[in-house]
Amino acid sequence: MMRSLLYVLTSLLVIGLAFWAYRENYRTQEAQARAQHLQQSIAETRHRLRVFNAEWAYLNRPDRLKDLVEMNYDTLELMPMQPDQFGRIDQVAFPAPPSLRITNPVDVSNMEPAQ
Amino acid sequence: MTRTPLRPLARILEARSRGENPDAIERENLRLRQEEMRDRARRRAEGRLLVLAALFFCAFGLVGGRMALLAQSEPGEPRTSVAGARILAQRADITDREGRILATNFDTHSLYAQPRDMVDPGHAADRLVEIFPSLDRARLMRDFTGDRKFLWIRKTISPEQQQAVHDIGEPGLLFGPREMRLYPNGRLAAHVLGGASFGREGVHAAEVVGVAGVEKYLDDRLRDPARAHEPLTLSLDLSVQAAMEQVLHGGMRIMNAKGASGILMEVETGEVVAAASLPDFDPNDRPSLPTTGHQDDSPLFNRAVQGVYELGSVFKVFTIAQALDLGLATPDTMINTESPMTWGRFRIRDFRNYGPELSLSDVIVKSSNVGTARIAMDIGATRQRAFLDELGFMQASPLEITEASGSKPLLPKNWSEISTMTISYGHGLSTSPMHLAAAYATMANGGRKIVPTLLRDDANAPGARVMSETTAAALRKMLREVVTEGTASLGEVAGYAVGGKTGTADKPNPTGGYYEDKVISTFASVFPADDPKYVLVVTLDEPVETSGSEPRRTAGWTAVPVAAETIRRIAPLLGLRPTIEPLDLAAIRQASN
Repeated sequence: MMRSLLYVLTSLLVIGLAFWAYRENYRTQEAQARAQHLQQSIAETRHRLRVFNAEWAYLNRPDRLKDLVEMNYDTLELMPMQPDQFGRIDQVAFPAPPSLRITNPVDVSNMEPAQ
Repeated sequence: MTRTPLRPLARILEARSRGENPDAIERENLRLRQEEMRDRARRRAEGRLLVLAALFFCAFGLVGGRMALLAQSEPGEPRTSVAGARILAQRADITDREGRILATNFDTHSLYAQPRDMVDPGHAADRLVEIFPSLDRARLMRDFTGDRKFLWIRKTISPEQQQAVHDIGEPGLLFGPREMRLYPNGRLAAHVLGGASFGREGVHAAEVVGVAGVEKYLDDRLRDPARAHEPLTLSLDLSVQAAMEQVLHGGMRIMNAKGASGILMEVETGEVVAAASLPDFDPNDRPSLPTTGHQDDSPLFNRAVQGVYELGSVFKVFTIAQALDLGLATPDTMINTESPMTWGRFRIRDFRNYGPELSLSDVIVKSSNVGTARIAMDIGATRQRAFLDELGFMQASPLEITEASGSKPLLPKNWSEISTMTISYGHGLSTSPMHLAAAYATMANGGRKIVPTLLRDDANAPGARVMSETTAAALRKMLREVVTEGTASLGEVAGYAVGGKTGTADKPNPTGGYYEDKVISTFASVFPADDPKYVLVVTLDEPVETSGSEPRRTAGWTAVPVAAETIRRIAPLLGLRPTIEPLDLAAIRQASN
């Protein structure tokens, strides 16, 4: 009696473990596929980034910027940086202190002088 | 197993009754038993050997099979590793000191043909010539219909061209992926970068190898797969380089010069912040080497490094430096400058006569050949040579571009007394502007040797001491005086205290002697002179300034104004704030007790 119960339990355990292993196997494969997919999209994004970097450098090349500055001189009036554009920090004015908010003004100009 | 007794009673009794020896029966039985045991042992051993052989066969079969599988299978990327996409490109990017891209890679395709698979070669050739007008139709047809199995048509094509080729619908035209080198800034710093082209080519990939400049010199570093993802940082500054090229280009046009070069170097590190040589070229479409004419006239010629010329009076500074350093003279020592000075059958004269004698600093300020030659005689050939060697004038410049090996200075074969005298004012010894910039930087940083470099590195620092701090300070004062009251008066830039020395040297005629009307004019400057940060060397090739009544070619009229404009443009870019020059503190004596 005991022995047959043990057999049944063991075979149930084996079935359970097999089911678990089967599921893990498929989950691993799925994770691997997802990882591969991600790797691929990382590689593609990096490739796009490289193209963008190259394009950024190409669009910001000094030649082109110089031409753009010259074309838009009317609106931007950009000139090469001059030595006299350097200033000292104490030449910059402090921002004005915020004015007090007056909510209930009392007009004193037309008051009678106190006797 | 039943065990047969050795002496079965029945047979013994029977044998005894016949009068035979019963021991014979025992021996016989013993023999039989031993034979049986032997057979059993052999069978068992044979069985074991068989099992063992089967096991070995399986093991080796497994190993062999695995090896065969590995050898057969296509290489695949690891699916689970994290750092899979680490290698971005087969060649590292090159950036300037601020990280702005100077050279990068771009994925594109090459076009090749397999004529065996072609359906309609005539149609394909027609359409290909439409897409790529530089192709020759007759030649294509010959290749397509001949017995060639494979041919390259274009090394790189644009996506639009690729689509157009796709639209032909010819199965024999195929594309291979290619990584090509791209210089997004075009002509900027072309001579430093050099260029790249394809090395060994296959259908699936091609090597990109450097052909000149930094690309070739540091080819191994750029192609090292372990460092392909980290860009190579040069010491150049993109905006400074662009400004310098622009000013030099304008200056070259105004001064009617054939070529120009400019070098800006940090005096504390020897890092080259900008190096320009005009005329230049586009490294994306590098021209081929000239087969006729003089190599100097090719845009590929890097004047800043390969332009080895006698640079003239800019060398006087080194003679004076040595005289001061050896204690032969002080800035106030009077030097005999009677012109012309006769030495054997040679005669040295000045640009104009400066009277019987000048102080040492006035020899520099007025640029007197005679005075410098006299000082050189006191120094002597051996010491002069040793000093110039310490400053780096005897070897090719160690700059990290391949062209630097072509900058080997031309030394006199026999360093005679007359050579000593002419070299003292910059004739008879040909060097490149890069040598000059390094030597001036050595002087400007207080006398410690500078090795020019193109690589940004915090470890860059001056080397051994070449001249004393006091000598260097005295020289800087003299250089400043050259600008305030001497030959380089046009070099004054308000707020930047420029100090420098001009040099005008006649160009040597290939047929012998010197040209009368062709000069190399040079201005080597340091700024700000009271605490130098940068050295700027500007060289113009065959300049002539025609605004006056007669053409002027001296550096004071040609190279100096170009250099001044360069400093005016680039000093603000370098973050140098214009300052009021400190007064000469030498007049105030310390009165401590």
